[in-house]
Amino acid sequence: MIAETGHYALVLALALALLQSVLPIWGARTRDAALMGLAGPLAYGQLAFVALSFAALTHAYVTSDFSVVNVVENSHSAKPLIYKISGVWGNHEGSLLLWVLILTLFSALVAFFGKNLPDRLRADVLGVQAMISVAFLLFVLLTSNPFARLDPAPMEGQDLNPLLQDPGLAIHPPLLYVGYVGFSMAFSFAVAALIEGKVDAAWARWVRPWTLGAWLFLTLGIAMGSYWAYYELGWGGFWFWDPVENASLMPWLSGTALLHSAVVMEKREALKVWTVLLALLTFALSLLGTFLVRSGVLTSVHAFAVDPARGVAILIILIVFVGGSLALYALRAPTLKQGGMFAPVSREGALVLNNLFLTAATAAVFVGTLYPLALEAMTGEKISVGPPFFNNTFGPLMLPVMLVMPFAPLLAWKRGDAARAARAMVYAVGVAVVATALVAGFARGGPTLAPLGVGLALFAITGAFAELVERSKLFRAPFAESVRRLRGAPSSTWGSALAHAGMGVTLLGVVAATAWPSEAVVALKPGQSVSISGYDLTFEGVSQRPGPNYASTIAALTVRKDGAVVRRLEPSRRLYAARQMDLTEASIATFGLSQLYASMGEARGDDATALRVTYKPLVTLIWFGAVIMALGGGLSLADRRLRVGAPRRAAKPVPVSAHPAPAE
Amino acid sequence: MTIEASPSAFPSPRRRGSTRKRRRLALFALVGLVLAAATALVLTALDDTIVFFRTPSEIAQRGEVPGTRLRLGGLVKAGSIVQDGATVRFAVTDNARDMPVTYKGLLPDLFREGQGVVSEGVLQADGSFLADTVLAKHDENYMPKDVADRMKAQGLWKGDDAGAAK
Repeated sequence: MIAETGHYALVLALALALLQSVLPIWGARTRDAALMGLAGPLAYGQLAFVALSFAALTHAYVTSDFSVVNVVENSHSAKPLIYKISGVWGNHEGSLLLWVLILTLFSALVAFFGKNLPDRLRADVLGVQAMISVAFLLFVLLTSNPFARLDPAPMEGQDLNPLLQDPGLAIHPPLLYVGYVGFSMAFSFAVAALIEGKVDAAWARWVRPWTLGAWLFLTLGIAMGSYWAYYELGWGGFWFWDPVENASLMPWLSGTALLHSAVVMEKREALKVWTVLLALLTFALSLLGTFLVRSGVLTSVHAFAVDPARGVAILIILIVFVGGSLALYALRAPTLKQGGMFAPVSREGALVLNNLFLTAATAAVFVGTLYPLALEAMTGEKISVGPPFFNNTFGPLMLPVMLVMPFAPLLAWKRGDAARAARAMVYAVGVAVVATALVAGFARGGPTLAPLGVGLALFAITGAFAELVERSKLFRAPFAESVRRLRGAPSSTWGSALAHAGMGVTLLGVVAATAWPSEAVVALKPGQSVSISGYDLTFEGVSQRPGPNYASTIAALTVRKDGAVVRRLEPSRRLYAARQMDLTEASIATFGLSQLYASMGEARGDDATALRVTYKPLVTLIWFGAVIMALGGGLSLADRRLRVGAPRRAAKPVPVSAHPAPAE
Repeated sequence: MTIEASPSAFPSPRRRGSTRKRRRLALFALVGLVLAAATALVLTALDDTIVFFRTPSEIAQRGEVPGTRLRLGGLVKAGSIVQDGATVRFAVTDNARDMPVTYKGLLPDLFREGQGVVSEGVLQADGSFLADTVLAKHDENYMPKDVADRMKAQGLWKGDDAGAAK
């Protein structure tokens, strides 16, 4: 019964979405306030029904209702509760339902927080959001019904893919989806603006917080996915340039560009046409990501289902939305008015550079991801585009971004003082040069360019705070004065400083972990040892231990440093009974910011066990950097000047705060 | 940036139009430059870094030269796995020809005799294949799509299609 309720709720949500996609937009054209006013209640109703449907599916999972096909295929009664719940989105149908749930949640949030949006803009935005809802609800109902029944119901389910039975699954997809789907807001606002034929600073002020929120979650989602792949796939790699990873990286890159161009638009009303295009493209890349992952054109851990009908359906959605919005753009963009001018050396100029290179980097990733698919479709030749391609294209294109990044906040709008900015950056350059020299002098092995990478990372980290140092007159004014000025700095200034520093931190982790890792692949008998980066690992032997729905074979390793026992590592192999599937569980010990990583191979008869041990210096910085970036995003979001619906602060400085109104 | 800063950020109304045009031109030039650089990077990288997918028979037919980096696809030949410390040797077969593979490292979880496998590495002078990566998808119906397609094309496909559709 409950499963059917969930199914019907989805149908009702579709009906509401259909109404919402037509009536408010019609109302906006005919200036009918009543029709426009329907948008809000319809959005709430849609959210309620989709949430009900999602709850119904969750119920089926939690109670192990094996009369539902989806539950049979992806659950097992012995599975721990957390994986029963996260298993809801650990499959094609459920993950799409989550997608739709987040989409409707965003619509409802706009309806709720957007009360002081201009009526017509609000009606149009919600209308466009509903069109996306319609497409995806239809897709779920017609090709991917999560509530299909099975008669007779089997006694037991087939269990969830063991790889997905991990806390990572509970967190990674929801974070990622909030990011992907959050960009639909930028899309809807852009389409609404094109329908209205009016884009102004107020529009940018509306779009920015939504984009920033989505970006923040996407950042965390990608980092979480990367860490999950690192510890779960057992190879210790943190980024594989797998098409599915690229699918999430592309919207992140263009979303980052969008965030920055929206700033220009908000402050200076410049780059309007470009910002709108970027908003459309960012969501188009999110849709492309969904297509790549869900259509099964790729072979990957993420491709749960390979069903051509679904691939075609998503492709149609993709074409309709991307094609439709770009056609509208071509039609209306020329009518948008040009904005303010700026000198090449200015905040705007720096942000234009940022946009250019981020977009070019996105394009490079796009080519590398889709070229093999296109080539195979056209010539039948199968190729693989691997990490070398991306290292040779993405790397050089991101280099200018990292170099310009610290300068941008130091430049004034309209016309910046390059000399002043350069003076403020002297200390960052100094830090970078010293670090490069030190690393080049002391590091053994590793690529020749790696010390420069470390220098660049430290330049980005220290340079990120240059504006705050300038603003606070640190070392030039009394210390108390500087502290007061730092406290008075708007949180968005702190936010961008943190986000920029986070980029540097991630880069530092990437450089260190790829340039100076040590690895040993050995076959050890109990009592034998292996040494790696100053750590001695002694293999103690193998033991068996049962888990809730698997049996583990555990290899015990004692880690000693200078003779003293510092840690114990227990890499294991799990045999999941329901699927008769083996899974390697790596064991990780963190020392400071670096990690020792051990995984265990299959037992091969004799009492030796194959083990792979890696030491990755500073590897945790990769993910810490992402968290710092997200934190920066959160701080910016908390800035009252950005807060949704917050009244605009008076233009002149408020007397209480001594510092002048900040430029950004 | 090579664009010269204009004398004033607030040009007189009379000059405004031409400044706008000049700046616009400079911007387009910059965009063109970045796009050209990106295109050049992408094309060179594609030329240098792509790796072709081959089955053992194709390697023989095409006469691939030693030193070529390839993706080798096929089935793990039954009874061919030899573990020697941390090094493992096995043969990849497409049921017409075999290719001996050497790999130092841990094999993926679903590496099994008779199952499909894709290894990336370099063709050696002695006709063997030195792999640095061995890939397996984590699925019990595992058969890399690449391998399945190739084997279907060669008429060697024996499994049912459901294998790929899970």
